[in-house]
Amino acid sequence: MKPMKEIRSRTVVIPTTDIDTDQIIAARFLTTTTREGLGASVFFDLRHDRDGNINTNFPLNQPEAKGCQILVAGNNFGCGSSREHAPWALLDYGIRAVISTEIADIFRNNSLKNGLVPVVVDKATHEYLLNNPGIEITVDVAAATLTLPDQRTVEFPIDGFARHCLVEGIDQLGYLLQQADKITAFEEARS
Amino acid sequence: MKTLLDKLWEAHIVTPETQDIPAVLYIDLHIIHEVTTPQAFTVLRERGLKVRRPDLTLATMDHSTPTVPVKSFKDLQVISASAAGQIRQMEENCEEFGIDLLGFGHDSRGIVHVIGPELGATQPGKTIVCGDSHSSTHGAFGALAFGIGTTEVGHVLATQCVLQRKPKTLSISVDGNLPAGVSAKDIILAAIGEIGVDGGTGHVIEFRGDAIRSLDMEQRMTVCNMSIEAGARAGMIAPDDTTFDYLAGRPRAPQGSDWDAAVEKWRTLHSDVDATFDKSVTLDASRLQPMVTFGTNPGMVIGINEPVPASSDASFRKALEYMQVTPGKPMTGNNVDVVFIGSCTNGRLSDLQQAADVLKGHKVAAGVRMLVVPGSQQVKNEAEALGLDRVFKEAGAEWREAGCSMCIGMNGDIALPGQLSVSTSNRNFEGRQGQGARTVLASPATAAASAVRGKVTDPRTLV
Ligand code: SF4
Repeated sequence: MKPMKEIRSRTVVIPTTDIDTDQIIAARFLTTTTREGLGASVFFDLRHDRDGNINTNFPLNQPEAKGCQILVAGNNFGCGSSREHAPWALLDYGIRAVISTEIADIFRNNSLKNGLVPVVVDKATHEYLLNNPGIEITVDVAAATLTLPDQRTVEFPIDGFARHCLVEGIDQLGYLLQQADKITAFEEARS
Repeated sequence: MKTLLDKLWEAHIVTPETQDIPAVLYIDLHIIHEVTTPQAFTVLRERGLKVRRPDLTLATMDHSTPTVPVKSFKDLQVISASAAGQIRQMEENCEEFGIDLLGFGHDSRGIVHVIGPELGATQPGKTIVCGDSHSSTHGAFGALAFGIGTTEVGHVLATQCVLQRKPKTLSISVDGNLPAGVSAKDIILAAIGEIGVDGGTGHVIEFRGDAIRSLDMEQRMTVCNMSIEAGARAGMIAPDDTTFDYLAGRPRAPQGSDWDAAVEKWRTLHSDVDATFDKSVTLDASRLQPMVTFGTNPGMVIGINEPVPASSDASFRKALEYMQVTPGKPMTGNNVDVVFIGSCTNGRLSDLQQAADVLKGHKVAAGVRMLVVPGSQQVKNEAEALGLDRVFKEAGAEWREAGCSMCIGMNGDIALPGQLSVSTSNRNFEGRQGQGARTVLASPATAAASAVRGKVTDPRTLV
């Protein structure tokens, strides 16, 4: 995982609430055995109509969304299935951070393990971001803050360990492997 | 003064949680399937790692596997080259890493959350994970069971542990007697309607109360299964005699004197009388009715005779538009195209029995396609021994091989764009059962009654 210290980008806004991981990436794209190349499938059924034509109304398809790395979404983003393909697809598409008032547990966990930053903000900040799509903001992962165009800074909660791993680009498997002796001791004590 | 979660949590801590670092939590049972594991095995291979405990790993194939009836599993037609590749890779991965695979043709193959309990591998007091959010199902046995992503699947394969912060607790107490025609599915749908699809976020739900205690194990699994639909990390029910009776004699349950010792230990697994929960909710079972969803998430749910509510919220209106339903009218009377009986929510023997009881002596309405998909090979065999397959086939329904099927629609079993599906599965998300398909979640009885009438139907009106 590459270190992820700061993201500065314009935002793209999908205001829908309860966006589930089936919408982020539909099940028919899950027969892959790799992590790569899932960006083409992200929000596929929202980005296209049923005949496969581009849906120009969908926020990600609008010209100003090009290159945006920060997604602002309605409350309770990422609920549903545990498929890690959801953060893989968002990252492959170019999204680096997701902002909402609530982000579902498994999706948040999966995101943190892949360098997609889940940012939970208060209602007022959320409202402001929803109403002002395309503004440039900065997500400072190390400081756990969001800086808005008027220089207002908003803190967001993030697990200290997960943040450390993100900022340093550490993968958590390495940490777990270092615990091997303790794991063995645990197994022996129980048997 | 401990909750059930406290007891399970403490018994599995390898290193405790601190402000800086989550706990290292030991996993007693890791269930794996073909869709969420290939990338995890790739990481193991890249890093030259072994599977630490193949003996604690239970592997099967269920998600992308076909359910079209075949004479021999050699004749299976897999939906796509990539799905076939995924299935092949699962076989190769298990072979290479020394994991027993309950694959095609195996008597115990089935949906991950159906076979764990069936084999007796799911037991009180265990920590259980699977790369699948409905792992909460196993909590019905008083286990701490939760879904993980593929990266964590790799963690468990390599170390038998996950890094976790302790979740908060939510008590959902259901008291009173369930009226006739109302089942476990209706309880959990009502509970999700009550607390909302994010009401359980960050929490483990413990289901309590005499209505829960009176449920058999299969129904308890239905309740815990959908904890994730309320956003919860896990759902659990304290084990009791019902649990022990279910497990006794199952192949992977403890046997002989080990069994007695296990039961003695399991009897201590309950929340203490004065334990406190972070949040509590109560439901009155006697006031419940058959529940159906009307929108595109499981929290958009009403009693079968209640009118679809109205709201000016944009997401809410978008959902109603997708579902093509009108506020002010009940869901009954909506024309049905497909009925699906199956999934880890309602694909066990008693679920099929309930559907068959409703169907007996009736025919599936003209123009309705009804799929009955047993949750496992064993459920299939037991159902056939009871003659349920004949009831379904005589009524005009399709009797299929075991698997996830239309619950996730990734094996080719789907509803067509615009079709309305009454489904005993757990998710009515947009496109979940096929692009543009509209899903109404319901109990097996409601789904079967809807198949007979060709319209969403209150099972109590069909005699
Ligand atoms: S039946 Fe549905 S919910 Fe259950 S494991 Fe299969 S896909 Fe997941």
